[in-house]
Amino acid sequence: MDGLEFKPRIVAFLCNWCSYTGADLAGTSRIEYKANVRAIRLMCSGRIEPTLVLKAFSKGADGVLLCGCHPGDCHYQEGNYRCLRRYLLLQKYIKQIGIEPERLKLEWISASEGKQFADLVNSFTETIIELGPSKTKQTITVFK
Amino acid sequence: MAGDKPKLKLAVYWAAACGGCCVSVLDVHEKLFDVVSAADLVFWPIALDTKYEDVENMPDKYIDLTLFNGAVRNSENEHMARLLRKKSKTLVAYGSCAHMGGIPGLANFSTREEILRRVFEETESVVNTDKIRPVPEYTAKEGVLEIPEFYNDVRSLSLVVDVDYYIPGCPPQTERLLEVFTAIVTGAELPPKGSVVGADNKTQCEECTRKKSENKKIKKFYRPWEIKDDGETCFLEQGVICMGPATRAGCGHRCIKGNAPCRGCYGPPSGAIDPGAKMMSAIAGIIDEKEPEEISRVIEDIADPGGYFYRFSLPVSLIRRKVQ
Ligand code: FES
Repeated sequence: MDGLEFKPRIVAFLCNWCSYTGADLAGTSRIEYKANVRAIRLMCSGRIEPTLVLKAFSKGADGVLLCGCHPGDCHYQEGNYRCLRRYLLLQKYIKQIGIEPERLKLEWISASEGKQFADLVNSFTETIIELGPSKTKQTITVFK
Repeated sequence: MAGDKPKLKLAVYWAAACGGCCVSVLDVHEKLFDVVSAADLVFWPIALDTKYEDVENMPDKYIDLTLFNGAVRNSENEHMARLLRKKSKTLVAYGSCAHMGGIPGLANFSTREEILRRVFEETESVVNTDKIRPVPEYTAKEGVLEIPEFYNDVRSLSLVVDVDYYIPGCPPQTERLLEVFTAIVTGAELPPKGSVVGADNKTQCEECTRKKSENKKIKKFYRPWEIKDDGETCFLEQGVICMGPATRAGCGHRCIKGNAPCRGCYGPPSGAIDPGAKMMSAIAGIIDEKEPEEISRVIEDIADPGGYFYRFSLPVSLIRRKVQ
């Protein structure tokens, strides 16, 4: 990047009950992880509307991370399955519209998995650095 | 009416359109007499022999109402959009293409280069060994010849100029056009600028008369020809993708009454910004599987989610063209 280091912007949607608590645990346990993630807390991963994901990409996110409770553990019973189905549909759609599917990732993180959350953020950041900056925002703002 | 009020000056124009919108205006049938008694048609290429030059010579804001149909796909469309904006008091984006990009907007899944290559070099019926492509300008013996420049992007009207109202539909329902027209002629109070008129605010599903249960559970999607529609159960419950949950009502359910699922031409209901995202959300809600492999198997049957969910709306959706 012409000597300039690429600092990916990653938006993470975390459910309140497991994943956000897991991320919090990573913090309180003082586990160091890459600072590229902007965490957005939602009550449940079932609240992650496809609109939110597409909006993140359209506003310049280089990667989007979706995290919810493990299957069977959702505090609203089925929200994470809904999230999983939306995620798989979105994967198919973003591939069609030219966004690399690797830029969107879904992982289950429980409240006790602080370490796993930190590892996930690090490995996802690596993936995004390898892919380079997303061209989405630029493409959709240029007209001709 | 003649005598009391000066007649309204009306224009209808087509940009990147199929002609269906203009025909939907003609579909007022004998009501056309009411229209012409209240309005003078000053520009309407499908029916009148007025030229672009005639429009250029009109004073600014000369036209009271312009129904602009079609998307903006080339420099000619853009020129006319800007010109008619300048010459019109009220500019209405009429029909899906002007409203959201419409069917021509699906070209945003490709680039200009891909389209020109396919059409002029690779199409099975084309022989073009010299790889000749159209150029906007060509100097011949007789002088310089020009054709409009083909853009990379298809845009809706409001992505190019300021739009006062939107009348959705592919094409809009003629009855709804008459309602809007009558409102303007009679001087009824008009909704705020930027409103979608001639349509409702709810979704198709809220007004649909097909039988629905709350428990939609789908393990397989079908193309309409793959099942025998019973004529009365919700299409989605039968496994046929229907854009009803993500589409504004107001068309009179013409497709559904004709036993065809909704295709989404009226655009998203008020409050929804991206019809495809809304549809993905609805679809994800009814798939009755929990394992990733099983879900993927169900999704496999949706061959072209982009084309299906954004059939009329790609240029105004969140990711409005193929990323390149
Ligand atoms: S509460 Fe965590 S996924 Fe639903």
